[in-house]
Parts: sequence; structure tokens; C-alpha cells
Amino acid sequence: MVGLLDLVVRRYEKKLQLKGKVHRFESDVNTDVIIPARYLNVSEPGELAKHCMEDIDPEFTAKVNPGDIIVATTNFGCGSSREHAPLAIKACGVSCVIAQSFARIFFRNAINIGLPLLEYTESLDVIENGDILEVDLSTGVIKNITKNKTVMANPYPEFMMDIIDANGLIEYTKHQLQET
Amino acid sequence: MKTLTEKILAAHSDKRKVNTNEFVNVKVDMVLSNDVTAPLAIKEFRRLGVSKVFDSKKVIMVPDHFCPNKDIQSAEQAKLMREFAKEQGINYFEVGRMGIEHVLLPEQGFVLPRQVIVGADSHTCTYGALGAFATGMGSTDVAVAMATGEIWMKVPPTIKFSYHGKLPEWVGGKDLILYTIGDIGVDGALYSVMEFDGEVIDELPMDGRFTMANMAIEAGAKAGMFKVDGKIEEYMKQHSRHYHSERVEKSCSDENAEYSRIIEYDVSRIEPQVAFPHIPSNTKPVSHARGVKLDQVLIGGCTNGRLGDLRVAAKFLHGRQIHSDLRCIILPGSQKVYLDALREGLIETFIKAGAAVSTPTCGPCLGGHMGVLAAGERCLSTTNRNFVGRMGSPKSEVYLAGPAVAAASAIQGRIASPEEVIY
Repeated sequence: MVGLLDLVVRRYEKKLQLKGKVHRFESDVNTDVIIPARYLNVSEPGELAKHCMEDIDPEFTAKVNPGDIIVATTNFGCGSSREHAPLAIKACGVSCVIAQSFARIFFRNAINIGLPLLEYTESLDVIENGDILEVDLSTGVIKNITKNKTVMANPYPEFMMDIIDANGLIEYTKHQLQET
Repeated sequence: MKTLTEKILAAHSDKRKVNTNEFVNVKVDMVLSNDVTAPLAIKEFRRLGVSKVFDSKKVIMVPDHFCPNKDIQSAEQAKLMREFAKEQGINYFEVGRMGIEHVLLPEQGFVLPRQVIVGADSHTCTYGALGAFATGMGSTDVAVAMATGEIWMKVPPTIKFSYHGKLPEWVGGKDLILYTIGDIGVDGALYSVMEFDGEVIDELPMDGRFTMANMAIEAGAKAGMFKVDGKIEEYMKQHSRHYHSERVEKSCSDENAEYSRIIEYDVSRIEPQVAFPHIPSNTKPVSHARGVKLDQVLIGGCTNGRLGDLRVAAKFLHGRQIHSDLRCIILPGSQKVYLDALREGLIETFIKAGAAVSTPTCGPCLGGHMGVLAAGERCLSTTNRNFVGRMGSPKSEVYLAGPAVAAASAIQGRIASPEEVIY
């Protein structure tokens, strides 16, 4: 266990405090609805962002503001391996995704491209659509300003912190390659 | 006492033993990507500042998703991948010689038992059917694997699924895996390995095993594993390029290996399964699905596009006609499957029945091209996902089933059980 997320800040431009409006989703939000495959003929994040969440909430891109936070229940990001999914979410300004659990490929992809994820295994019923959250990436504290309730996210495993600390997998690997 | 997965991961990380949840650096035997995921992987590969892939024989790219190119943008992506493949001298199968990656790689001998394979495609888990540890990842992970030949992994726990009894007629690998996902849910095996075992699995033909391993990801699993037995050995004799130099060793989990769960099924009385929209776990026995009117039936893909699947479909379609209100698309998984089906007369059967036979492509399965659905349309498909908008309009519906139900339904114009057509 690593002392929570103090290293995450380096990955995310030292942005410790995130604050944004909640876009609430339920379980099994899959990569097909996050970014439908019909838009995968390009890989430019800005282009992908135009269609983010289109098949689950067609109004999403019109509603989302920089810093907003996606909150979902279990198995967020299930389905395909497309890295375009976290890229689209990040490119439309979402500052982090909080869920009770994440699908494993999505989890790796998000860490690799620098989209912060927070896992909170208990019930997330205390957070509703439109609530304003304050998230401290250094401590994992998630504060619901609207409802005046606070919960604490699960810590990252130590190994993953090394990748996050290095600024993502590409920089981590570059460093490893230089050492050898 | 180790699971097959633990044995493979230990052997690939120069360790005598690995423990569940331990982080290990694993050497990979093959790295795969396709025309959707390779362009991002190539971009990240360049960022690493490495000029050559770690081993050109161990990297493969397949233009299958939007190929033959569906539009100018997808043509640009395919071109970028083709040029990289040429520059690096890696394995590359051009349109006309290719197949859907998960049918192509085993068939062309790129998969050996006990290997570790990573691919920028979630259905890379298909190769577990040959006793390889194979798992899907994103483009950045695959870029690193292409550059270094290694990837980090967390050693997953294994859930053992034992299937007992004797399979009823027209019940195959697709029905077993749909039944299982219906039971445990789409995150029922999250982060875990699904290991398939029991006397039903011992008897299950390779095509059915590929179907089951293919859909392990639909339960959230990291891999779907089969023990290396005589059936795999026989398959390798026919397909491996290296068979004579690398004999297939039978191998399996130790008898007292530690499983996180053991789930047993008696499948003697299960019916063919149908997954209703919009999630693969929403399964029902076909007798409870009959009557749903359909606009399209798709038979093939990386889940059920092998010769054995097409043979099942042809048994139903031989001498019969596709329903007049319905479009039926047959999608052989590779050029080899296509040619074998042609030689056996299956393609003639399909065309005479009124079906369209497509060149191998992932196109319709993910709503890309070659069979996209309009709003309000319903398709029964032998593919692996039925999420909202998967095959086209977010207002369309996808039902998943095996080739027997699909072919019977194509004839009836609605979801039908196989016995309605072949008594």
C-alpha cells in the first residue's frame, strides 16, 4: 500500500484539487457507448471527443464542462480494448472518473494516457447527477459539496504508482530503456 | 501447486514461482494490433525513441476492422499501418490473404501452447483455446511490448469452470459461454482467468473452444484458458509452422492448484442460448426467445466464423431459403476458411439459400461497414457483443447466438430454435 495518491499529482500537471459537476452513470458503461466504433476511423483525441458518450447520452458533449467528473457504479469501460475511449473522455475535459470498479483494459489504458481514475468499492449512492464534487488526488478524498458528504477512494498498488510517477507508461519505459 | 496460467507467467518472467496479485514483467512471444489500434500504437512507439521492434518475427499487424477500406479516413489508417509493417519487416497479412485476426493467427500457426501473447484487441483472449496465455491491451501497452518484448502484468487469480454431462444436439461452445456469462454476469470474472474444464470440454471440438475463449472478455476476464490436450496437439500438427521443432507438451493446472472459485455446471439439459439486448449476460434459452422478428442474421466473425461453424449453418440452409423479409450475411473468418468452405460446397449452399457471403472483416460486428443496422432494426448475430449501437444505430437491437440458432432463425425470419427447421 502506498500513501494514497500523492504521486498522481506529478502525472496530472500537479493538479491536486479537482472540482466539477457530476455526470452520473450506472453499471457496465461499455466502450461502444463511450466512443462508438463508427467513429474509430480517426484517432485524433479532439475528433473522438465530439462523439464521447454519444450512444448512452447524446447530450453529453453539449453538457460537459472542463473539470467535470464522471461517476459510475461497477465495471466502467467494459468491452473493447480501444484506447480511444479514455482519450475521448479526457479530450472532452473530464477531470477524472470515479467508479466502484473498472474493466481491466480500460483501467490500464486510462493510467497509460493520463486520465485519473478513482476506485471506491462501496456504494456511490451518495453522489447524484449534477452534484458538485471536490476530489483531492493527493489523498483520495472525494467530497460531495452539494450533499456535504465525504468518502475516500482506494489507494493504487505500489507498482502502478511507479508508472504514474514516471509520467505514464511511455516515459516509464523510456527511463527503463535508458538504464539498460 | 500451480495453475496453468501461473506456470506460463513464471516461465516468461524467469521466476520459479509467481503468486496471485504479484506484479511481474513478462516476456511476450507475439504482439498483435489491427488497423484501428495500430495507428495509436505506432504513434506511441515513435515517442519511445526506439527505431526497431524487439523482434520482427514476433510482431503482427492485421488490416481487418475497417478493411477492405470503408472510407478515406480508414484507408489512411490502414496505409499508416501497412507502411510501418513494411518498414519494420514484421508479419503482415494484406487484404486478399488475411482473415479476422483471431481466426487468422491460430490458423496460420502464430500461436503455440504455453506462449504469452498480447494484442491491442480485447478478443486476443481467443488464443487461450490453444493453451496460450493471451490477453487484450490498449495501444500504448502494445507499443511498449513491440519495443521491448516485455509487458507488466498482475498475476491473475483463476476461476475454474467445470462442465459435466453430455451436450444436447445443437448446443455448442457458443451456448456454453453464453450460459456461463448469463450466470456470472459481464464482470463475473473481472481481472481473473477463466479456466474451462470437465468432460464436456474434453469432447468439445477446437472451433467450440475458440468460441468460448473468445468471449472470456465478455465476463471481464483477463484470459480464457484450456489445458493442452490431444485435441490441441492434433490442431497444432495441422497448423503450426514450428510443430516439428517445438513439440506440443501436454500441460494443465496441477491437481491441487489454488482457484479463487470453482463453478460446476451440468449441461446435459441446457438449450441453445440467446443473449438479448443490450448486454451479453442477458441470456435466455432459445425456447423463451422464439418469435422475435428479425431484419438481419449474421453468421461468422471471430467468435463463430470457423469452418465448423459454417458447416453447422450449411446443414440448416442446404436446400432451404432465407426468409424473404430478412438479410443473411455469412462472414467466413479468414481466406482459408472461405476457400475450405468453397471446396466443401458450403458457399454454394449459402448463395443458393439467398445469403450474402462477405470477405473476412470485422466490419458489421462493430457497426463499421458491410451490414450496419438502421434505427429499429433487429439482428441476430453469432458475434460477441450486443451493446447499444454495437452494429449500427443506437436504436437498433442485437441478439447473440450460435450458428445453429442463427441459421434456423434466418430461415424463419424470427428467432427460431434449431428443431423448428431440422426435426
